[in-house]
Amino acid sequence: MTAALEINDLSVYFGDHHDLFQAVKSASFTVEKGASFGLVGESGSGKSTILKALTGLAPQWEGHMSVAGRELDRKRDRTFYKTVQMVFQDPYASLHPRQSVDQVLTETLQLHGFSDINSRIERLLQDVGLGPAFRFRYPHQLSGGQRQRVAIARALASEPQILLLDEPTSALDVSVQAEILNLLSDLRAEHGLTYVMVSHDLAVVAHMCDQAAVMRNGEIVEIISIEDMRAGRTKHGYTSQLLQASVNRVA
Amino acid sequence: MSSQPTSLHAWLTSETPASRRQARWAAFYKGWLSLKSNHMAMAGLAIILALVLIAAFAPWIAPHDPFVQDLGNRLQPLGTEGHLLGTDSLGRDILSRLIHGARITLYIVALVALIAPVAGLLVGTISGYAGGVTDMVLMRITDIFLAFPRLVLALAFVAALGAGIENAVLAISLTAWPPYARMARAETLTIRSSDYISAIRLQGAGPLRIIIKHIWPLCISSLIVRVTLDMAGIILAAAGLGFLGLGAQPPSPEWGAMISEGRRFILDYWWVATMPGLAIFAVSLAFNLLGDGLRDVLDPKDSTS
Repeated sequence: MTAALEINDLSVYFGDHHDLFQAVKSASFTVEKGASFGLVGESGSGKSTILKALTGLAPQWEGHMSVAGRELDRKRDRTFYKTVQMVFQDPYASLHPRQSVDQVLTETLQLHGFSDINSRIERLLQDVGLGPAFRFRYPHQLSGGQRQRVAIARALASEPQILLLDEPTSALDVSVQAEILNLLSDLRAEHGLTYVMVSHDLAVVAHMCDQAAVMRNGEIVEIISIEDMRAGRTKHGYTSQLLQASVNRVA
Repeated sequence: MSSQPTSLHAWLTSETPASRRQARWAAFYKGWLSLKSNHMAMAGLAIILALVLIAAFAPWIAPHDPFVQDLGNRLQPLGTEGHLLGTDSLGRDILSRLIHGARITLYIVALVALIAPVAGLLVGTISGYAGGVTDMVLMRITDIFLAFPRLVLALAFVAALGAGIENAVLAISLTAWPPYARMARAETLTIRSSDYISAIRLQGAGPLRIIIKHIWPLCISSLIVRVTLDMAGIILAAAGLGFLGLGAQPPSPEWGAMISEGRRFILDYWWVATMPGLAIFAVSLAFNLLGDGLRDVLDPKDSTS
């Protein structure tokens, strides 16, 4: 079986040649089909940048990336966007302020060439736990959690196999975070999705993922299974530091 | 009978619209309610609506033909029998000329309002979204147009193309678009890096669709506000060209040209120049008031949350 996602020796750069900044330094990891993979690290460690390079939003990269066995070029095509979708960090910024839920989903479905748009919108809203009453609302009429549900519905519209989650709950308050995380877990089980989840919160990653890469300063310092993480069997000092910090915070 | 408006109101203010149409009308209605509570803006809107009606029905409203001369009856003062606002140097009824002049004013305003902001929006959003060399070239062209004083550039255009109202409109439009382009570009720069644009790019949307369907709707509201605020300037520029004899040509009852004609008698027969001046003043003021009110309603910075 081919892996859902394979990243090999990936480096990502920002800026032009005068002051080039290397945000990710030769990162490599593999995500099996149906797995849930976490990327953890402090802010600025390059975890979101990997997702941006993957989706083509950060065009300056070198190395190898392949999705479902297909090597990625500089340009992403429709097939790629049908396979890989992303949920953004801040639901207050990821929805167009002048478009209703209906408009957002209709356009997304049209772009992916679906024709039975009405029934699909109803099903998507149902999938993410929003009633039909939300269909014609504008973002300013929705709460943060509801907005994130709409964003998830949009990401699911193309029926992707891989969902990239860029800190999907960090902008939400704690009770809503749990709801969204549970929704994401349910959706993964239901649709057989593969997740790559970026988070700075070890508790969230431990809850959602089976395996995680710990990043610091653009480098992956350790790839660790969640059992090992729970048991404290870390290989790298930085991972234990992170673990220590999150234990202290909870205690 | 009485239940109809309240149920319509409820339908329009519903928090849970049930159809696309209802959601759209509800958004309009909300804006209208907030505009309605601004009395100054409503006064401006009333004046503009009156202007539109007067222009539409000019031949039926005007008591006299605006072109018929009566040299025996020239330079009559205000309140003369049959000539409420007096007559000009050729004995033409000033009120009738003002009423017919409303058409020309509206014509100029509408044409400029169609050309300049659209051109500015196109240049600005393309430049802002494309970036790089495209941005450089388009913005330097904009800079060149911005560097000329407005009326002087308009004068040069009219001098080159020939006097007349169409050329005046063209000249004013050519000098009016750069500020819109600058504004649209600035807004595009903040919008293009936002997550909702990234999100639609991840659905495979091309640049054209993103600019037209996602960036324009956010630029247009501030553009509309800017246009209404600029209307006064446009009317004045048109009147200025008319005054200098480069806009509408006699005997056309354009307000600026009327002032120009009345200038020769301004000391002895003040109303000949003053009446069209007052008309220009009233309409300019009305557009300013409306623009101010629209800014409160449409500015996305205030109404997003």
